[in-house]
Amino acid sequence: MSEQLLSLRDLRVSFGTRGVLRKPREVLHGVSLDVAAGETLGVVGESGSGKTTIGRAVLGLVKPSGGSIHFDGTDITAANAAKRRRLARDMQVVFQDPYSSLNPTMTIGEILTEPLVTQGSTARDARSRVRGLLDEVGLPLGAIDRLPREFSGGQRQRIAIARALAPSPRLIVCDEPVSALDLTTQARVLELLLEIQRSTGVAYLFISHDLAVVRHISHRVAVLYRGDLVETGPAAIVTKTPEHPYTERLLLAAPVADPAAQERRRAERVRLREEQRARDEQAGAVL
Amino acid sequence: MSAEQLLNDPDLSATPRRSVLRRLARDPQAIITTTLILIIVAAGFLGPIFLAVDPNQADLRSANALPGTPGHPLGADQSGRDILARLLASAQTSAISGLIGAGVALVVGVTMGLIGGYFGRRTSAVTEWVFNLVMTFPGVLLLIVLTPVTGGDYRFTMLIFGFMLSPTIFRITRNLVMGTKQELFVDAARVSGLSNTRILGRHVLSAVRGPIIVATAFLIGTAIATQAGLAFLGIGSSAVPSFGSMVGEGFTNLTRRPLQFLWPSLVLGILTASLVLLGNALRDALEGLRTVPPRRGRTESPAEPVSMGEEDEAPLLRIRHLAIGYPSTTGEIEEVVHGVDLDVRAGEILGLVGESGSGKTQTAFAVLGLLPPEAVITRGSVQLNGRELLGLSGEELRTYRGKTIAYIPQEPMSNLDPSYRVGSQLVESLRATSTLSNREAKERVLALLARVGIPDPQRVFRMYPFEISGGMAQRVLIAGAVASRPALLIADEPTTALDVTVQAEILDLLRDLQAELGMAVLLVTHNFGVVADLCESMAVMQKGRIVETGKVRQTFAEPQADYTRTLLDSILDEDTVRTDPPVAPRDHKEVAR
Repeated sequence: MSEQLLSLRDLRVSFGTRGVLRKPREVLHGVSLDVAAGETLGVVGESGSGKTTIGRAVLGLVKPSGGSIHFDGTDITAANAAKRRRLARDMQVVFQDPYSSLNPTMTIGEILTEPLVTQGSTARDARSRVRGLLDEVGLPLGAIDRLPREFSGGQRQRIAIARALAPSPRLIVCDEPVSALDLTTQARVLELLLEIQRSTGVAYLFISHDLAVVRHISHRVAVLYRGDLVETGPAAIVTKTPEHPYTERLLLAAPVADPAAQERRRAERVRLREEQRARDEQAGAVL
Repeated sequence: MSAEQLLNDPDLSATPRRSVLRRLARDPQAIITTTLILIIVAAGFLGPIFLAVDPNQADLRSANALPGTPGHPLGADQSGRDILARLLASAQTSAISGLIGAGVALVVGVTMGLIGGYFGRRTSAVTEWVFNLVMTFPGVLLLIVLTPVTGGDYRFTMLIFGFMLSPTIFRITRNLVMGTKQELFVDAARVSGLSNTRILGRHVLSAVRGPIIVATAFLIGTAIATQAGLAFLGIGSSAVPSFGSMVGEGFTNLTRRPLQFLWPSLVLGILTASLVLLGNALRDALEGLRTVPPRRGRTESPAEPVSMGEEDEAPLLRIRHLAIGYPSTTGEIEEVVHGVDLDVRAGEILGLVGESGSGKTQTAFAVLGLLPPEAVITRGSVQLNGRELLGLSGEELRTYRGKTIAYIPQEPMSNLDPSYRVGSQLVESLRATSTLSNREAKERVLALLARVGIPDPQRVFRMYPFEISGGMAQRVLIAGAVASRPALLIADEPTTALDVTVQAEILDLLRDLQAELGMAVLLVTHNFGVVADLCESMAVMQKGRIVETGKVRQTFAEPQADYTRTLLDSILDEDTVRTDPPVAPRDHKEVAR
């Protein structure tokens, strides 16, 4: 376990604990997963699967109700504010919505230097680092004095990635980082994320609903279904020849951008559904 | 779509503070009111220095002196005090009152609003309770009762009044903060390790300052008016000149020297009115763009039938040269769709594909007559079965919409009214487009709900929209859309907001219904997978133009336009799985230390 950068053991999260009569609703029912240094773990699931909650729990934005989170061998399950501040150097985030994740009133320079200055860097060092960061994410230096609203969705996501990279973290939680982007932009941002990982060895906890995206960027893939981990393994296996029926269903549900292949896939899906129905009927008859 | 347009607008690319100032500088209301306020305040503070007359010096020889009397340019009051000197001193009193009152309200209200909105439920409840309590105090009455405590000093009175004004600012701040707290950039700041104080001061406050600035302008006016009111009633030290006391004294002398009443009323009136009007101008500048309404009508040129040469068969929907524009801040019409030609044949599913900002949704909305009111169709024609749709009145359009043309939106939830049950909404819209009785309509709706794959139609019929899932809501809307057996169904990204497994089911449903009813479908989407699954033909849009149309299989296999090729190449390949192994982290931190 010591070589794992991030380890979740039996992580549980519940919401809605306020109010006397309301029972807390558990959204994660004991999830265990590991992310090694320099690796991408893709977490796939549909809405309500709890995939975003995993990321938020790791980042300390929601409190787990059970289980543990270890980062680099240290227990960070209930890290206090001071410890979180130190962790911010090693753990960063890129959110889905590039419109809401950048403060509209701050210039790009301010957005990027802020985390550096918080971490104790001098203003001059921070400024030179920002130039390096902009270069790394493929934005012109002129961006420094501009406001987020002057950039397109893809460019904003590059800024968000630069902000995450600023303190040279060892883990970046990517919560659907390309889902809000157009097709062409999506491909370019993914390429950027891959490039950065290859050159810096940062690990990604990559959360997405899109199997195609996850397949593209992940070394290993974990599939979540209603708060439970149903399957985890190497990307090639989980996204091509899955074992769990849910993963298989997920795989067949995504339409392929090829009319002929999609027709075959649709037939396969219908066949699977009919099989399932027949099995259900049989089970019903036996009962 | 229009957001993309805004991004490209050079007017908006300036920094917001600068552009707010620029907008203010162009607004005559803001210029005039600011100038008036500045003149009055400057006169109040600088005037007494140049005019070496004590405003309280009574001189019975010049009692009720007329304006123009030497030494008394505006005359003197009944005690022989110089009116001009008193006016200037009163202006100073008003300015100080406004600053103290609004200043205290601002400091207290903003601080507590930030705390109450940002921190937990309990803090929020306690602050809320305290400020509600403050709001119940009868303001002016309390100030009168507290006169012995304040000793009649108007500055002290205004200090207390500031606290009484603070709930207004508190509420505004708290509500804004509660909204801003949900923004991801606040989460990002927390992840960056910023302290709560810094997040509140840097991120939250900067995002909520606009409305607070606006409210402050009004509060200064309120504080000045209240101080004057108290002085008019004779509350407070009579040694301090104030518009209120001057009005009061002038009032008693109204029949003999009406001008004594006029001067203070005039300046006080101008001052408070300017503050209110400045507040309005600030609101316009900070909170909204006032777009200049277009000078032209909805359709610029009458839709003329365009002869397109020989056509094998008249299409169901025929769009020709359709151009749509929006008024920019300068009043010019900026085109976002530049002359689109598109045919949808009866019974055909056509996919209209494009990236955000390509104009695909605008085109579909133009057919539905659902463009936002500021949109202008600058040219072109939209014909359904040979009948021109553009230029039809709302009443005429309604006979098409819901009957011949139906619509499925992207966000199923926001298209159902949360305060009505699912069933009654469907029955209502069905009865609006048909002559069915209530009972027949209900039966029809139940049958439709069953047809769109809802397992227990009776139960869902009685449910409220928020009780059903997104996929279920989309089924409900599809049921509503096909209820009148439309000839054309326009579906705007119908599965984008849904999970993939649900998306697959909805696509199956659309395919089945299309085959069953023989309707044409105009499917607007950005997803090539959806097009490959459902459509026969497709049209690719880029920047307001159609760059390619064709049969789906052919277009996927041999795209003609470069743009289509780029798009198809950007699709993540089904067969590529990442194969390169994780690399060892580069330890730049060790180097840095």
